[in-house]
Amino acid sequence: MGDVSLKDIYKKFGKTQVIHGITCEIPDGEFIVILGPSGCGKSTVLRMVAGLEVITQGEIAIDGAVVNRLEPADRDIAMVFQNYALYPHMTVYNNMAYGLKIRRMPKAEIEKRVRNAAKILELTDFLDRKPRQLSGGQRQRVAMGRCIVREPKVFLFDEPLSNLDAKLRVQMRLEIRKLHEDLKITSIYVTHDQVEAMTLGDRLVVMNEGVVEQIGTPLEVYDRPSTVFVAGFIGSPSMNFMPARLDADGRRVKLPGGENFQLPDEGLSAYKGQDVTLGIRPEHLIVTEKGAGLVDLKVDMIEALGADTLVHGYLGTDRTVVTVRVPGVMKVVAADILPLTCEPERLHLFDPQSGTRLGGG
Amino acid sequence: MVENRPWLTFLTHAVLIVGMLIIAFPIYVTFVASTLTLDEITTSFPLLPGSHLVENYVKALTMGTTEVGATVGTMMLNSLIMALGITFGKIAISLIAAYAIVYFRFRFRLFFFWLIFITLMLPVEVRILPTYKVAADLKLLDSYPGLIFPLIASATATFLFRQFFMTVPDELCEAVRIDGGGPIRFFFDILLPMSRTSIAALFVILFIYGWNQYLWPLLITTDESYYTVLIGIKRMLDVGEGQAEWHIIMASTMLAMIPPVLVVIFMQKQFVRGMTETEK
Repeated sequence: MGDVSLKDIYKKFGKTQVIHGITCEIPDGEFIVILGPSGCGKSTVLRMVAGLEVITQGEIAIDGAVVNRLEPADRDIAMVFQNYALYPHMTVYNNMAYGLKIRRMPKAEIEKRVRNAAKILELTDFLDRKPRQLSGGQRQRVAMGRCIVREPKVFLFDEPLSNLDAKLRVQMRLEIRKLHEDLKITSIYVTHDQVEAMTLGDRLVVMNEGVVEQIGTPLEVYDRPSTVFVAGFIGSPSMNFMPARLDADGRRVKLPGGENFQLPDEGLSAYKGQDVTLGIRPEHLIVTEKGAGLVDLKVDMIEALGADTLVHGYLGTDRTVVTVRVPGVMKVVAADILPLTCEPERLHLFDPQSGTRLGGG
Repeated sequence: MVENRPWLTFLTHAVLIVGMLIIAFPIYVTFVASTLTLDEITTSFPLLPGSHLVENYVKALTMGTTEVGATVGTMMLNSLIMALGITFGKIAISLIAAYAIVYFRFRFRLFFFWLIFITLMLPVEVRILPTYKVAADLKLLDSYPGLIFPLIASATATFLFRQFFMTVPDELCEAVRIDGGGPIRFFFDILLPMSRTSIAALFVILFIYGWNQYLWPLLITTDESYYTVLIGIKRMLDVGEGQAEWHIIMASTMLAMIPPVLVVIFMQKQFVRGMTETEK
């Protein structure tokens, strides 16, 4: 079984500490995506699991056995690199068979496994080609084939789709997902692309500056981001943030200009009267009839994307810059006033100092 | 060229042809002389090939001149052994040295790299006395190791391989580690095949370098059976008051030119590829 457990992992490069204590349990067969901006340490975590980087402190266990001191080859993992790292002088067949040959597997078994992997990945016709005679998508598949034939406990993906064009990326994303459904091998997938993360992952690990900000299913992370960073990082365009204050009984949240939103259920009485950061996603601000809006938006700029329209403007009397996503095409021009409303469940409140989420609302 | 003026085309071709004739003429004279008898050379010297081609070459290969004890055949073999020894030795050592410098982290790594680099400033001619002393003390005079070893280290080749290795993505090395291979496997299975074109290019350069070595073999060989062909030709001319056997000397010169020419002809394609492209 391929469950992976990270216990309080730290990593230092010389004197700079890049990973500040990461703990995460990955059950067998799960597809987990590590998501974060570049330089947040996500690749380092993956490379520590792979055994390509030494673990400064903490414990990584695969299938219950601590692997801190094992060579990558002895950890029963396989990895897809961002640039695929195919051996340029070997044919596709040999690229896939190389790892098995080193392990002294019988020829017949190698042949069987490679043919099988080639069939799954639709590479059968290309087995005699060299990597440079293949397209980007095919190279990507060969890199995955090299992992499949090994039948490892864990697959590691290091931004495998970032070298492909947008259309191919969507296609490969689906193929990776399908492959995982078929093989059910534990996978750790590193990316900075939130669409990949949302669509591929059973669970996401959102990282920032060497710290895990949140671990949860894609929808949990989207619906209940646990920090301002996660709220701003997930979702495109990103969430609108504005300073606000809870009223005396904690049931309504007030913008500095006086406009206010009702909180769901019983509100947040524990934080009544406090300053908060209010977050609302662009797609959750709804344009309503004149007079029915809770707050007015003064339109500044419009981006029509076809499927929907992004309206940028200033909110309320204190003129906070916000973006609203309106489905379909909307005919508005700069300086128009749009009345907006928002469902109470769609409001996110964060502590302005620590950036952590307040309550359930 | 966009321009298409007939007289310009004519001019460029004329310059090329004249230049080629100037370069080719001495070689042609050498060839002609190697087909004549000694009498014909010293008296009339016709500019058309004579009828003693086979005779002269066979004599050079099997007997040599009376002044030098070794036949040109032996000397060619010596030259070949030395040139190949230097070529393969240089390539092997440079590959290994570059591998160490690029892929392993050890103390004083940069220091050693610069040390190798600095030896570029110390060709054989500069260090000839100490090198001779060392070779003599090691009893390497008049031996193939003595001809080869002092010329076998190459900073240029090490540097060239280092530059090439640095363009090889690190992920390849990591992929091998994950596939279960160690440093030796990575070197032989991945790095060496990838350096194929660079090795071929270096082979051409180094073979010609080795074949054309003159000063060092001159110094270290006194036994005629270890003479290289270049030394041999020089010795054939040292006849003092006597008559140099020009027909044999010219035949030997032609023979000495053949191996480098063959190497260039047969490895030209790889040579150009190694100089211009890197397989990735």
